Amino acid sequence: MTFSNRYPRTLPPTANVSYRSFWQYIHVDILLLTGILMLIGLGLVILYSASTNRVAVIENQVFRFGISLVVMFIFAQIPPIVYQRWAIWLYMLGVILLVAVLIGGHIGKGAERWLNLWFIRIQPSEMMKLAIPMFLAAYFHKIHLPLTLKSIAIAAIIIFIPVLLAAKQPDFGTAIILLVAGSSVLLLAGLSWRLMGTLITLALTSAPLIWYLLHDYQRQRVLTFLNPEHDPLGAGYHIIQSKIAIGSGGFFGKGWLNGTQSHLQFLPEHSTDFIFAVCSEEFGFMGNIILIALYMCIILRGLYITMNAQDTFSRLLAGSLTLTFFVSFFINMGMVTGILPVVGLPLPLVSYGGSSMVTLMASFGILMSIQTHRKLLTT
Amino acid sequence: MQKRIAIKNHLEEIQLTTRRSIVAFVIMLILISLLILRLAFLQLMQHDLYTTLSKKNWLDIVPTEPTRGLIYDRNGVLLAENIPVFSLDVIPNKIKNLPQMLASISKIIPLSDTEIAQFHKELKQHRRFDEIPLKYRLSETEVARFYENQYHFPGAVIKARLIRHYPMAGTVGHILGYVGRINTEDLEDIDTTNYSATNYIGKLGIEKFYEDELHGTVGYEQAENDASGQPVRVLNSIKPIPGNNLYLTIDINLQIAAEEALAGSRGAVVAIQPSTGQVLALVSEPTYDPNLFVAGISNQDFQTLQQSQDKPLYNRALRGLYPLASAIKPFIALGALDTGVTDTHFSIFDPGWYQLPNNSHRFHDWKPKGHGRVNLSQAITASCDTYFFELGHKMGIKRIDDILVRFGFGELSGIDIGEELPGVVATPAWKRKTKDLPWYEGDTIVSAIGQGYMTATPIQLGAATATIANHGIRYVPHLLLKEVTGKEVETEQPIALDPVVLQNNDYWNTVIQAMEEVITSPLGTGYRFGKNVPYTIAAKTGTGQLFSIKKRDKNEKAAPQMTLPEHLRDHSFFIAFAPVEKPEIAIAVVVENSVLAGSIARKVLDYYLLGPPKPETPIDTEAGSSRT
Repeated sequence: MTFSNRYPRTLPPTANVSYRSFWQYIHVDILLLTGILMLIGLGLVILYSASTNRVAVIENQVFRFGISLVVMFIFAQIPPIVYQRWAIWLYMLGVILLVAVLIGGHIGKGAERWLNLWFIRIQPSEMMKLAIPMFLAAYFHKIHLPLTLKSIAIAAIIIFIPVLLAAKQPDFGTAIILLVAGSSVLLLAGLSWRLMGTLITLALTSAPLIWYLLHDYQRQRVLTFLNPEHDPLGAGYHIIQSKIAIGSGGFFGKGWLNGTQSHLQFLPEHSTDFIFAVCSEEFGFMGNIILIALYMCIILRGLYITMNAQDTFSRLLAGSLTLTFFVSFFINMGMVTGILPVVGLPLPLVSYGGSSMVTLMASFGILMSIQTHRKLLTT
Repeated sequence: MQKRIAIKNHLEEIQLTTRRSIVAFVIMLILISLLILRLAFLQLMQHDLYTTLSKKNWLDIVPTEPTRGLIYDRNGVLLAENIPVFSLDVIPNKIKNLPQMLASISKIIPLSDTEIAQFHKELKQHRRFDEIPLKYRLSETEVARFYENQYHFPGAVIKARLIRHYPMAGTVGHILGYVGRINTEDLEDIDTTNYSATNYIGKLGIEKFYEDELHGTVGYEQAENDASGQPVRVLNSIKPIPGNNLYLTIDINLQIAAEEALAGSRGAVVAIQPSTGQVLALVSEPTYDPNLFVAGISNQDFQTLQQSQDKPLYNRALRGLYPLASAIKPFIALGALDTGVTDTHFSIFDPGWYQLPNNSHRFHDWKPKGHGRVNLSQAITASCDTYFFELGHKMGIKRIDDILVRFGFGELSGIDIGEELPGVVATPAWKRKTKDLPWYEGDTIVSAIGQGYMTATPIQLGAATATIANHGIRYVPHLLLKEVTGKEVETEQPIALDPVVLQNNDYWNTVIQAMEEVITSPLGTGYRFGKNVPYTIAAKTGTGQLFSIKKRDKNEKAAPQMTLPEHLRDHSFFIAFAPVEKPEIAIAVVVENSVLAGSIARKVLDYYLLGPPKPETPIDTEAGSSRT
């Protein structure tokens, strides 16, 4: 029952002791934390400029980061086995809350994503970002791999119930993230390439159906993505101004606080969804490379944790959380640069505000938990 | 066994997930590469394009209007200035209901129909977010009243702007002209970039002729705009270069004196400094107030000016075409001397008429009984027509025209104001062409006393008079004395024309002496204008007949002139220069349907040479029976 034969050279007993020392004890992965803090730091610098030098915005954001870091720390303390056991209940609760929000939304006649519970406001779709991969990983862990058609079908149901509920809210961006969070588990669990190809083909052929289900504003976004110049002052305005901001940044950028697109309000939502354009404008191509490199450092650490995790649940969960993180910043950068449609997703750890920050930090907490709760060597 | 399977499964699961993690990482690397390629495309390859687009977004180049140059008289008296006025501007796209808004504004600031009509006209020519002037020249109370009620009128603003003002009003109206709003026609002639901030352009007179000098160079402000188009700050600016200040050769006091002397009549006074060609006074009466035109003249005002019998808009000094009558005689005399047709001794007996050989038609002298025996000097002094009929006959039209052309008649004087007309030096070819009639000998005869087809403008006559004073040296009459660019002063140099060179320079003295006797000799036609004159004058009078020459044929006396309707009475002319020894001023006076030219000339000369008049000036201004 040991893994020593698999990892004969990685963890000699003496090294383990030192590694276990302080950070291991408080269940914090110092490398991941360093990456996160560096990104947060750079993010605050960008946000200060994007918010047109408003200190209050920075104070709010720092406060949120503080809370999120506490959440992360708490999640890191919980051993993976607890997540595994509670996954199904978390998932069930999430679905119920999503339905509740949907009903509440119907009453409120608009997009309603929040649920007010006395003193706390819960966004169930955010909860689902963690619940879906957790539940799927637990499920696959239990039934063992490789996947059977039956298990894939069950997984599909597990994924699509919350995705459709979120899309109905309507929160297209989160729905996509939920879909990614779920499918990434399937990908890591070894969904056959052939089946994946079939599913993608199926998805593409069902595009007209999806088109039918989309809300008007979502259709508009797709149309705008296909041809932003078609409506330069209306729907295409965001993306045109964003491209101008990015392109005019050049290699070195216009300099911090010197971005005209954001400071003169040409760039819409410059401190939230389009903050990457601000970074591009002020720090140029060089700044973008640094920012992307920081993100990739976190991804690398996430993958390292994934591959070092000791059981299938942990590996699937860690991998899925890492992939979801990647997809969320990639989609944001993709939409801001005009290679993906505008779906209203923030740039993780940089964009101002958002409940998604807490969820994200919680997912980092889970990664840390997986990394630091490993049973090392023999027991 | 179960355990083994579990372990086997576990190992397989580990291997599977590791494999898939690596695949996922590769996919992520591919996607990130795509993103970086995209960024490189936007930020490196298309950087220039997007920089331009970005600047277009927020940079606004706002042209700033240069201050128009001021105009002074020769002594520095201000003739044209820029005064701040308050105007009420309206920004159409900020107003929901324009007619209602105009109605409520007119309750606190009265708006005339003309102003509303003009506003609607401009409304069509401007963009919706431009500020369009609704009313110019608000009074201080109106400004105050607007500010009290401003919150009722979002989209209406009070703007201070500089507007051209002519403090001397009509006195220099015919010289300065005026500025007016730039219209489509003007746009064809101007550099639209340089005029991008300018609303006004010289339309007439000095304002038009020296438009380039007065206008200056447009400046720019680079303004940073936010997304809503509101200027945030001015980044940098190129200051406009104000127009040059102009000093005219006009002596405003002399101009006023001449205007006052001419007041109530229709006519023109041209005063020129012979040694330079500088125009000291250029009066055309009646005149108009150029200020009326600056803010757009109202239709009513314009109709009044346009329909007035006295034609105040008509610049008589430059465009008035008059037969010169006897004022032509000194020039004919010089031509006759120069061509050897006569000399100082040649005399004729004047019976009161002249008859061509083999022709029964009699050309009558203005003096029915004749002047008796007269030589050239006496003929000039007493303005003997018969003597000049003889000279005309002897010279022939070709030599008559030749001397007139040499004095500048028949062509533009070249005065720096434009507008002028060339007049006519009639030739047989001209008559055939315009009247389709042959040239008769009689045409030549009457040409010699300035009664034929020949016409000239007062400015030509003034310039020609200055030429006599100069013994033939000719200058272009001009109005610009100096141009001041910042601290640099550019003084205009006189522009010399081909001089009138005579065979013998003494001819000048012969004619000038005779002209002096016009004033000093009791026989002289200007004798009564020259009483008590403390300086010397050389002059020549003239009377242009408008009313039938045939009446004279019946030997009627001149007295009935006063009984004729005013518009049929003769025009009177007077040319003079003084002092004779060293001429400082040469003048030409034309008064329509009046005999006042001589007395007006005397007032102008007195003013210029003696200074402002003493309370009692012994000038006979009575309309007498003086005839040329």
